[in-house]
Amino acid sequence: MSSAVREIDNTLDVPGQRAALITGGHDLGSLTDVACAPWEAPRPPRAWYIAFGLSLALLAVLGAMIGYLVLNGVGVWGLNNPTGWAFDITNFVFWVGIGHAGTLISAILFLFRQKWRTSINRFAEAMTIFAVVCAGVFPGIHVGRIWLAYWLAPLPNQMAMWPNFRSPLLWDVFAVGTYATVSMLFWYVGMIPDLATFRDRARSKWKQVVYGLLALGWTGSSRHWHRFERAYLILAALATPLVLSVHSVVSFDFAVSQLPGWHTTIFPPYFVAGAIFGGFAMVLTLAIPARELFGLKNIITPRHLDNMCKITLLTGSIVGYAYLLEFFTAWYSGNPYESFVFKARALGPYAWAYWTMIGCNVVAPQLFWFKAFRTRVWLILLVVMCVNIGMWFERFVIIVTSLSQDFLPSSWDYFRPTWVDLLTLAGSFGLFFTLFLLFCRYLPMVAMAEVKTVLPLTDPRAHPHPHVPATRAFDYNPDEFDPAATSNPRDAREERP
Amino acid sequence: MNGASPANAGGPQRPGTGRGGPVLRGLLVEFDSPGALITAAERVRDAGYTRWDTHSPFPVHGIDAAMGIRPTRLPWIVLALGVIGCITGLALQWWTNAADARHFPWVPVHLQGYTFHVSGKPLFSLPANIPVIFEMTVLLAALGAVVGMLAMNNLPLHHRPLLALTRFKRATCDRFFVYVDAADPRFDPAGTPEFLATLGAAAIEPVEEVVDSGRLPRGLTIAGLFIVCLALLPPLLAAKARVSKSEQPRFNIIADMDNQERFKAQQAHALFADGRASRPPVAGTLARGDLRGDPHFYEGRVAGEFAATFPPQVQITEGSIRRGQQRFNIYCAPCHGLGGAGDGIVAQRALNLDTPGWVAPTSLLDPLVVERPVGHLFNTITNGIRTMPPYGDQIAEMDRWAIIAYVRTLERSQNARLEDVPAELRSELR
Repeated sequence: MSSAVREIDNTLDVPGQRAALITGGHDLGSLTDVACAPWEAPRPPRAWYIAFGLSLALLAVLGAMIGYLVLNGVGVWGLNNPTGWAFDITNFVFWVGIGHAGTLISAILFLFRQKWRTSINRFAEAMTIFAVVCAGVFPGIHVGRIWLAYWLAPLPNQMAMWPNFRSPLLWDVFAVGTYATVSMLFWYVGMIPDLATFRDRARSKWKQVVYGLLALGWTGSSRHWHRFERAYLILAALATPLVLSVHSVVSFDFAVSQLPGWHTTIFPPYFVAGAIFGGFAMVLTLAIPARELFGLKNIITPRHLDNMCKITLLTGSIVGYAYLLEFFTAWYSGNPYESFVFKARALGPYAWAYWTMIGCNVVAPQLFWFKAFRTRVWLILLVVMCVNIGMWFERFVIIVTSLSQDFLPSSWDYFRPTWVDLLTLAGSFGLFFTLFLLFCRYLPMVAMAEVKTVLPLTDPRAHPHPHVPATRAFDYNPDEFDPAATSNPRDAREERP
Repeated sequence: MNGASPANAGGPQRPGTGRGGPVLRGLLVEFDSPGALITAAERVRDAGYTRWDTHSPFPVHGIDAAMGIRPTRLPWIVLALGVIGCITGLALQWWTNAADARHFPWVPVHLQGYTFHVSGKPLFSLPANIPVIFEMTVLLAALGAVVGMLAMNNLPLHHRPLLALTRFKRATCDRFFVYVDAADPRFDPAGTPEFLATLGAAAIEPVEEVVDSGRLPRGLTIAGLFIVCLALLPPLLAAKARVSKSEQPRFNIIADMDNQERFKAQQAHALFADGRASRPPVAGTLARGDLRGDPHFYEGRVAGEFAATFPPQVQITEGSIRRGQQRFNIYCAPCHGLGGAGDGIVAQRALNLDTPGWVAPTSLLDPLVVERPVGHLFNTITNGIRTMPPYGDQIAEMDRWAIIAYVRTLERSQNARLEDVPAELRSELR
């Protein structure tokens, strides 16, 4: 299936002419066929089984590590005094950061009328939800006695005391909780019309019932679409400040404290830029194999990858600027503790982590200035893998270097992760990819209803003489459709010398 | 509600449409492009139909005007919910962190707030409350948008005659439909199909009442019932345990070190010859305080009565009184005041806050205190009195005697007259 789809380069810009967002000359029916193919195929590709098996194994590792932690306490991690936060909060901030690109693509690009978002927004939203699930694991397990994790919630305890609402850790509970809820709503509401498509194409009774229940009885009524579009616009308008607020609040966990290296006002914008940066890298990491594997090359086109690479370059440069400015602030503050922390970051015991971060986050994305790096999938994958690693190290550097060398040299200690730390991190990827692979197979991966609106032939103004008789039979069989066999005069226009 | 879809509007049936056969619910007209749909919609609208709708796989631009759909009131619902969320966030934080529970004694104690004093920061400060207010606003507004949209669209509703049609399955794929409901006042079983045929449709199909749909498969029903029964088990077991008695110890899921393996003081144990679990002290062991043989110095008592004089070890010099002043200002002045009048900063704050059950500290200048023997004062500092806690563990004996010497000095100086001051220093006081 994958090799059958021709890839058409639509990254060239011709003045006065908009490049096609969807290639392959699709009409509504063939587009639906292609988007539903991963779900309608009797069996997913072999690569899916391999990836799913690996992810399930890693998920089992995560379960085992959490069980081991619960039975023994947080002493099984490499935490020491003064490094009381290390892998746990690093992983939390890393996953929450990844969870931001989904809402950014969905909401902010929607408000900016960036039509290219339609091909990738479902992906990105799903990625958001699964990343937030992974993120939610870590604050829950790092509290030690996890059966008391409900103390995070705004409930009175046995002494009738409520949480302290002036603490950033409590703001975090509200911010991440709201973000998870609104992201789920946004994802599900956007998916209702596509679930209805699945319901209408389902062959087995079970699928009809399950997808029918999920689709809520959607009929595509224009009166419904009217309210649906308004609700979607409002959700986008609400989610945009939300996504900015959530990572700002996460950064308050650090910035509101008095620790040198944490106590800076640059943290909220710096964290938000980093989250978008890391999130786009993860979207690319997921989208490139998925479009290859499920024959979506005409929907997620080279132009989409190109655009995402450009945003990665932009946000990567913002992050690099923030790194520089941190050093400037440390020097300009005249505070010896602040200056010490930053000197220690670059030259101290964690210099290896710091320079890994600089190499991966600042240097690697600069390759995206070159078009060759934005159009060859292997090179894109290479760079975004660097970014994924670099963004994890960014959080590690911020958290561990600031803590391990605090005010009192006598209490300094070097943090070394234990095997439990490392396997828990690996296991969280298992949780993420298990959920993502299930999503690819069982839910509409492409926002079909939205992609249809960016096809040129769906614009009513493009058809001055609409009274054309139907050319396709009603009782058509979607399986008979072969995207490779489609030849359309439009292709010739898209292929440039 | 203006959101009811015509597809499920159960209006009165027109006579002659379905006696003895399936009941006609409406007519479905199929088109193959959004442009054709818009042209058709304009004509149906102009023909005066009211109970009709169009269906498309994606939102068609311009269909609202072509159908005459008025803007939805959904944004107002979202605004209202957002305002409620904002107020809820603010009120929650005020109530749980800043409201004085004493003014609301009728509220159950677990629902009363608790005023945390953190680093002397104000109990109620808007900047610190903004994140939670903002998140609550967004949360409720988003829920309002989704639930409001679904409710106004009359979703979820699975039992729809349209969904039973094979032709209509392409409404979510690549076809466009106009549906005119038979309950429309202008619907005419003969004229309406003729009118619809002039719209340039690809096909026209009558929609009939569905007889059998919307019923869940039996397996799903059984599985659902099974899950519900399973879910009821834990609460039923908990309820039973609350009303029944048992001789078994309480079942503790998470022990949290509540019960630990250890021997209690009087328990028997076969390991030792004397059969006791606890070991008696080794011969010659001295208990704490056994070395303090001088009751005058260590307890302020002589022959069981409070001593009226300082013990011989205590030398009253200017140095020892200054030492006493320093200790007094550290340990005693917060309540009793620097001058000893009982007006320390803690006492003043308690009076300002109107703390219930607060007993004001005694003025050390009171004749009652002045007449007390020094041994009594020593005993009070050592063991505390009324609400005053004991300070014996914090202040060494010699320092306690020094404090008493300073208190005696204070009493004299605060009750002094001008004549008590040496003549050469009187001019400095004026």
